[in-house]
Amino acid sequence: MTAAVDKPHSHGAVVPESSRAEWFTSFDVNAFEVPSGREEIWRFTPMKRLAGLHTGVEATGSATVEVDAPAEVTVETVERGDARLGAAGTPADRVAAQAYSSFTAATVLTVAKETQASAPVLVTVTGPGAGQVAYGHLQVRAERFAEAVVVLDHRGSGVYADNVEFVLADGAKLTVVSIQDWADDAVHVSAQHASIGRDALLRHTVVTLGGDLVRVSPTAAFADKGGEVELNGLYFADAGQHFEHRTFVDHSQANCTSNVVYKGALQGNDAHTVWIGDVLIRAAAEGTQTYELNRNLLLTDGARADSVPNLEIETGEIAGAGHASATGRFDDEQLFYLQARGIPEDQARRLVVRGFFHELLMKIQVPEVRERLEAAIEAELEAVGV
Amino acid sequence: MATLEIKDLHVSVATDDGAKEILKGVDLTVKAGETHAIMGPNGSGKSTLSYAVAGHPKYEVTSGSVTLDGENVLEMSVDERARAGLFLAMQYPVEVPGVSMSNFLRTAATAVRGEAPKLRTWVKEVKAAMSELEIDPAFAERSVNEGFSGGEKKRHEILQLALLSPKIAILDETDSGLDVDALRVVSDGVNRFKASGETGVLLITHYTRILRHITPDFVHVFAGGRIVESGGSELANVLEAEGYVKYTGAQEAAGV
Repeated sequence: MTAAVDKPHSHGAVVPESSRAEWFTSFDVNAFEVPSGREEIWRFTPMKRLAGLHTGVEATGSATVEVDAPAEVTVETVERGDARLGAAGTPADRVAAQAYSSFTAATVLTVAKETQASAPVLVTVTGPGAGQVAYGHLQVRAERFAEAVVVLDHRGSGVYADNVEFVLADGAKLTVVSIQDWADDAVHVSAQHASIGRDALLRHTVVTLGGDLVRVSPTAAFADKGGEVELNGLYFADAGQHFEHRTFVDHSQANCTSNVVYKGALQGNDAHTVWIGDVLIRAAAEGTQTYELNRNLLLTDGARADSVPNLEIETGEIAGAGHASATGRFDDEQLFYLQARGIPEDQARRLVVRGFFHELLMKIQVPEVRERLEAAIEAELEAVGV
Repeated sequence: MATLEIKDLHVSVATDDGAKEILKGVDLTVKAGETHAIMGPNGSGKSTLSYAVAGHPKYEVTSGSVTLDGENVLEMSVDERARAGLFLAMQYPVEVPGVSMSNFLRTAATAVRGEAPKLRTWVKEVKAAMSELEIDPAFAERSVNEGFSGGEKKRHEILQLALLSPKIAILDETDSGLDVDALRVVSDGVNRFKASGETGVLLITHYTRILRHITPDFVHVFAGGRIVESGGSELANVLEAEGYVKYTGAQEAAGV
């Protein structure tokens, strides 16, 4: 009842959407109400720490985008009116729409048809600086049968909201690693949209290691039959950090496959992580194969992990669908076993944490990135004295 | 010569109804070159003895002492006990996802030996030990115990025994869940470990069948949290014929 008092212009009581299919989307920020934080999609997010991204704060600076790409990849900086933009998806929350309504220039990377990029494309996004706000837009286009690896490396300070698009034409293979390794003050809200063509393959990995509040929402939609998507995520939250990942796989085409694996470790007081995994299998999506999994490892007291898998199925003619979620502390039996073989406790703990992330690290096919992440995990463990 | 000496050991475990005493005064000395079998009915506290000696945090020693060559084992952490020369082959080996068997074995060997084994000889050593236990080399790259069958887990426990070469090995129901072939392979492994005559074995079992492969010098009957009778290997035959009824008042077979 108090909701109506706080929000006199509300169009009705806040109720969770019954189906992901009915979610409102728009490129226009004004089409969205300012969220109060009670809405289903915002209820885990500490709104006060969003630095006004949800209430219309204007850009005061800009992020620096540097692209290191092999010759086969075309790199453009385009105006906001470029007709190609928005092809992969439409913002589904107010901050994403704010970013779409506010960016001034977008970066477009194109891998031409039947071309294989000879080296990973490295996109470094440096925040606008402490106390500054910026909006951004990036689109990666993989044309028919193109293949490429793209690493997005987010670092620095400030407040940043963006939309990232991945447009995969028929038969394209795109591997993406999005690293959020921000400074302690940073706020980053990123909507990442993928449109996956016929028989195309997207391997998307989110790695969140630093920042005050990081909220990444990867959405994958199939444009035609036979597509495949892997959404992987790895996060390590320290005291006071809020890391939120919301994945959505929209199965609207037949014979597509999706696999979602997110794993996180948490340590320190008020370290908070959220994983929401939505999968929608629409009536037309016969022969769908999907699985999603989230695991969280609480390394210390005082940390909290929320984990919500949502699987909606509108057709019985599917190949398979499942989900699993578990959050737990260190397994004392594992430690005992390793120690009983002479391995000192601190080393045993590291073995267990490394083992926990091993499956995901092995999926990262860029050796330099994998090594950097292994070193980052070691440093995190070092910091807490594990 | 290694000696494990357990004196008047009392051990409790925390339960919802408070601490419950499981071991009620265990006295046992295992010397290098000796094989002791501890036999007893389910729930008699046999496994508690092995976990308490290894230092499992769930078990609290309330009184008594455990020493290895005069050193106070109870003051050592779990890993210190292992490095001092104690080994526990577990009844239920633990799965450690994402940690390869080869990484685990090398890390353990490095810790126990005090230096990393030379890579070239180490690879040969592991291969030879695996082959003796009829373990497929592919297991080296699998996660520790993950998805292993009961028999595969037990073979890997004995593989660790072979590579870590402790002074005293405690085998907790290593025979349980093994088929005839696996029992032979595992028993042969334990006999190779004993062959030097410089190591002691404490073999905990419910059944006599493993004792036909590994001959004990001493057999102890465990009931009600302590040793109630000790004898030579002939005692196992008596248990096989008569079961534990004499000690528990209930019918429970000790035979196969």
